[in-house]
Amino acid sequence: MVAVVIGIVRVRNLFAVVMLGGIYSFLMATILYVLDAVDVSMTEAAVGAGMSTVLLLATLALTKVREAAPVHPPALPLAVALLTGAALIYASVDLPPFGDPSGPGHRHVAPEYIARVMPETGVPNIVTAVLASYRGYDTLGETTVIFTAGIGVLALLVGRRRPRKATGKSNGETA
Amino acid sequence: MLHDTVILRVVVKLMLPPILLYALYVQAHGDYGPGGGFQAGVSAAAAIILYALVFGVPEARRVVPLAVVRAMVPLGVLIYGGVGVAGLLLGGNYLDYNVLGATAKGGQHLGILLVEVGVFVTVSGTMLTIFYSFSSKPEDEGSAG
Repeated sequence: MVAVVIGIVRVRNLFAVVMLGGIYSFLMATILYVLDAVDVSMTEAAVGAGMSTVLLLATLALTKVREAAPVHPPALPLAVALLTGAALIYASVDLPPFGDPSGPGHRHVAPEYIARVMPETGVPNIVTAVLASYRGYDTLGETTVIFTAGIGVLALLVGRRRPRKATGKSNGETA
Repeated sequence: MLHDTVILRVVVKLMLPPILLYALYVQAHGDYGPGGGFQAGVSAAAAIILYALVFGVPEARRVVPLAVVRAMVPLGVLIYGGVGVAGLLLGGNYLDYNVLGATAKGGQHLGILLVEVGVFVTVSGTMLTIFYSFSSKPEDEGSAG
């Protein structure tokens, strides 16, 4: 994955960058699968590797394939990235050991769900039961978010009229 | 797009039914196995997009018209919200599935299934809407949109 990320940063051809992004997503999905998070892994493979790759390719069809040369020197973004990375690594020291059953994440509501799902809903897949039943409001909200994304794209892209010759050029460059 | 590649066309034709079937399996089996409406919706949309990539977007629009796709976007949210309202009408709380079936567990199963259908419809509709919007050149919009 590190190699893929370095490739994404170095390569100027956006087509290759999109493909590397897809590879990264698939590796991520594999890791999630190994960690037994099958639901998340499936989503990552379908959305991250499949859908976003296709959408980015479709976007490339609307824009140019070569990445433009950066306008600003990379010092500030680099510093922000390094700082964030350092903060995350510093915070990860305090995390409980991986798979520790007494970690705070496993003691809060998880035992409650595990104990109550079968008698209350009879749904063997606890993830589905929590998502759709116990957290039904949240999932309704998520569905609404996707709905909003859909109508947002419709509002932005479908309203486009046939571009006049002069403005069509400039649209292609700013997009 | 890739009209002349025979191997690609044949392979895609062979792959489409399993992908769609798998999406439906993930959809209907979400109670028992991994997955649910979201994953199934994305898989189904991916099947259509694969078809569009190989056979061309106009061909895909003939199979799954733009109007249907656009209608699916709000329809899923309405299904989801409708399940909640149905719970209200049957005397429960909003999105309380226990009252939907004869037994509480049956109601939970039915409610989760219906809600997942809502998620499926919205997700696949939105994915295809976005794809159609991105993949159509501005010149096509006048005739197709």
